[in-house]
Amino acid sequence: MKGLVRPSQLVALAILLLLPFAMRNNFMMDVAVRVLLAAVAAVGLNLLMGFAGQVSIGHAAFIALGAYGSGIATSRFGWPPVLALVAAAAGASVVAWLIAKPILRLKGHSLTMATLGLGVIANIVLINEVAWTGGPDGMPVPPLQAGGLALTSVGQWYALAAAVLVLAIAGSLNLYDSPAGRALRGLNGSEVAARVMGVDVASFKVRAFVLSAFLAAVSGSLTAHYLSFVSPSMASFTHSVELATMVVLGGMASTYGAVLGAVVLTVLPQLLGGLQGYEMMLFGLILMLTMIFLPKGLVPSLEDRLRRGVRGADDA
Amino acid sequence: MLEVRQLSKSFGGVRAVDGVSFSVRAGSVHSVIGPNGAGKTTLFNLVSGVDTPSAGEVLLDGRSTAGLGPDALARLGMSRTFQNVQLCMNMSARENVMLGAHLRTDSTLLAGLLGRTRGADQALRDEAAQLMEQVGVGRYADAHTTQLPFGALKRLEIARSLAGRPRLLLLDEPAAGLNETETHEITELIRSIAASGITVVLVEHDMKMVMNISDHILVLDYGKKLAEGTAEEVRKNPQVIAAYLGSD
Repeated sequence: MKGLVRPSQLVALAILLLLPFAMRNNFMMDVAVRVLLAAVAAVGLNLLMGFAGQVSIGHAAFIALGAYGSGIATSRFGWPPVLALVAAAAGASVVAWLIAKPILRLKGHSLTMATLGLGVIANIVLINEVAWTGGPDGMPVPPLQAGGLALTSVGQWYALAAAVLVLAIAGSLNLYDSPAGRALRGLNGSEVAARVMGVDVASFKVRAFVLSAFLAAVSGSLTAHYLSFVSPSMASFTHSVELATMVVLGGMASTYGAVLGAVVLTVLPQLLGGLQGYEMMLFGLILMLTMIFLPKGLVPSLEDRLRRGVRGADDA
Repeated sequence: MLEVRQLSKSFGGVRAVDGVSFSVRAGSVHSVIGPNGAGKTTLFNLVSGVDTPSAGEVLLDGRSTAGLGPDALARLGMSRTFQNVQLCMNMSARENVMLGAHLRTDSTLLAGLLGRTRGADQALRDEAAQLMEQVGVGRYADAHTTQLPFGALKRLEIARSLAGRPRLLLLDEPAAGLNETETHEITELIRSIAASGITVVLVEHDMKMVMNISDHILVLDYGKKLAEGTAEEVRKNPQVIAAYLGSD
């Protein structure tokens, strides 16, 4: 059918390669790196929310686990950053597994409530464990380095973040069209149908949750190194809602939708400037307008329109 | 192959299924009939593991299925369709059929992420198209599930079940909502499924269809077994005539 790389991936790759040339200053590059890192987490959350239909409103906790895991392991224990990143992502995955395993045996919205609780707990712990986390002031994080090479310039960070995002996108697109992806989307469409077809629904939900937590933690670790700083606001409810909004705005189950959501929700506050304290209102408004006017989200709605447009042209 | 012993299910004070026993021989077409509310669908839900019985047990190949959910039963070769259609409306028609083959695929997340299932998936796509052709919805191979009319959805469910290569297939009112031509086609389809060696248990309202294709018929009324036997025996049973056939 297709080669190893989809046309859409080539387009995405071309955009990522050409974008730096359109960037006029370091500020724009800085925003671009933040977008890319946020998009990694959004692509991950889409696997849980878009594919499997399980809503998490505490995913910032996993970003914070990655960020603080990296921060504490490198600055307090002197671990090499790459090892710290891997350990933090693995740790976040284990935490996700421990939470999801018992809860997903239950029906209904128990996972959503649990993720809400997790987010709140993570935030409180980060603020109160001053000796470990620096408390409300946060803590500094050393630069990312491996084998004597340190990432310092924003250009280098752009390259790394883009590479990680390309991998995440490729994995997500592969998964979409695989048996595991169909099982996840299937249990979202009709849980009883998926079960009758032999899908162990609880197990698949757990796996999607763990995978999304893993990607969130990777995004968090990299963000911590990039900003050279972590603060408890990384685990805030606002941040969790922001992530969920990226997925909903971009379009449930759409990989590029999650990326587009990350672009819009990271760039928009920068454009509007000085939103201090009103971000939540903006996210809420975007979420509401999406639900009302584009219930499928940006990318699926655009795809529908394009398809209809093509068909209309054929008829003419 | 399937044995049901003293199966009961109560909802509140209502005994939807009340001490029903029967057995299904491998390779036969076994039908369950009865007036609305007789407990047919509840019986199906109990047998397929969607609901848990209040009392009694179901044996598959002599083994109790107590505590097994539909996914575990699928592993043992059981599949079913639904009266009101349970398809994944967020997927394409063909993907629904491919989902039916879930247990025959490498469904680990890692294999999916790395794209290692592409070759197998390609073969599965073709197989799904063939199955759709076989049940008469071949022209929807590239359609989204939401674009299919109701009659096609019912057949798509059958194709999805067949993709799992079950040994035992429970069909919950496959002809409900279909016109006469479509019903005739479905009857032929069920006949060919049975001929291919799959044991079929059928819940159906369409008497003509039931009398036509069933090797064995079980009549339920108010959750209880009213009669059992071949089409001819059931047709002549005075209780059945009084409770069901004569009521028209």
